[in-house]
Amino acid sequence: MNSLNLSTLIVEPWIVLSFGAIIFTIGLFGVIIRKNILIIMMCVELMLNAVNLTFVVFSNQLTDMAGQMSVFFIMTVAAAEGAIGLALVIAMFRTLRGVETDQIQLLRE
Amino acid sequence: MEISPIFFYLFSGLAIAFALMTVLKKNPVTSAFSLVMVFFCFAGIYAMLGAHLVAALQILVYAGAIMVLFIFVIMLVNADIPSLDLARSSLFLKFVAGALSLVLLASLVWVFHGFKQVIPAGPFTVAAIEKAGGNTQVVSEMLFSSYLLPFELTSILLLAAIIGAVALAKRQAPKSKLAIDRGVKR
Repeated sequence: MNSLNLSTLIVEPWIVLSFGAIIFTIGLFGVIIRKNILIIMMCVELMLNAVNLTFVVFSNQLTDMAGQMSVFFIMTVAAAEGAIGLALVIAMFRTLRGVETDQIQLLRE
Repeated sequence: MEISPIFFYLFSGLAIAFALMTVLKKNPVTSAFSLVMVFFCFAGIYAMLGAHLVAALQILVYAGAIMVLFIFVIMLVNADIPSLDLARSSLFLKFVAGALSLVLLASLVWVFHGFKQVIPAGPFTVAAIEKAGGNTQVVSEMLFSSYLLPFELTSILLLAAIIGAVALAKRQAPKSKLAIDRGVKR
């Protein structure tokens, strides 16, 4: 339990938390560099998952169930966000005939 | 932490590899299936951390429902072709994104490295959860007692999401144009 154990065979809490941070930054990187809106939404899901993992680790470490309750509500919001976002993708495809964000330039024309 | 190092490093390594594939692959279908693998790896880690109900929901909700929705939309908008958007985004943007991500990652790891258990521990130790009937029972009892109001509000959120999705995705008939056409004909 204590994070000061130097044995290499024990997974320290900060390693698990850092794994969550790695996944979060991969998702952030994808949101910035990709232009395909579907992949951007997948990257948002990655970031939400990383946050969920952080909640579960802290729930485990602080022996408090509030973290796992937060995970439920985040999952619900993620499902709602996915449904609304994909409906927006369909509406965008109907207008622009494409799913890339640099095609959104209706105001420039 | 009392979790198996071999399985943790296996799951986390696979998750990082598949997350990179999700971000960097050209075909959205490849990205979607890599994302499914990431969700499965996360479910394994949740199960190792003792969050059994969260692990089950991760597979049911994320790898099941949300990914099916993604695949449906990919097929619906004919996006299952290689997307060349990575080549179009500028090198400067990629450099800035990489630098930003690395700075964020370094600061997060720095903060997490200093994590120590300073707050007095809550009542839900592993032994207490076992005594109360397991993770699922403890979580559901909390969900229907202390967290009842947020739980009920969630249903309103889902209803709003359903109505919003239907209203957005429904094909609108071009009313005004049709009326003009009819007017011209008459």
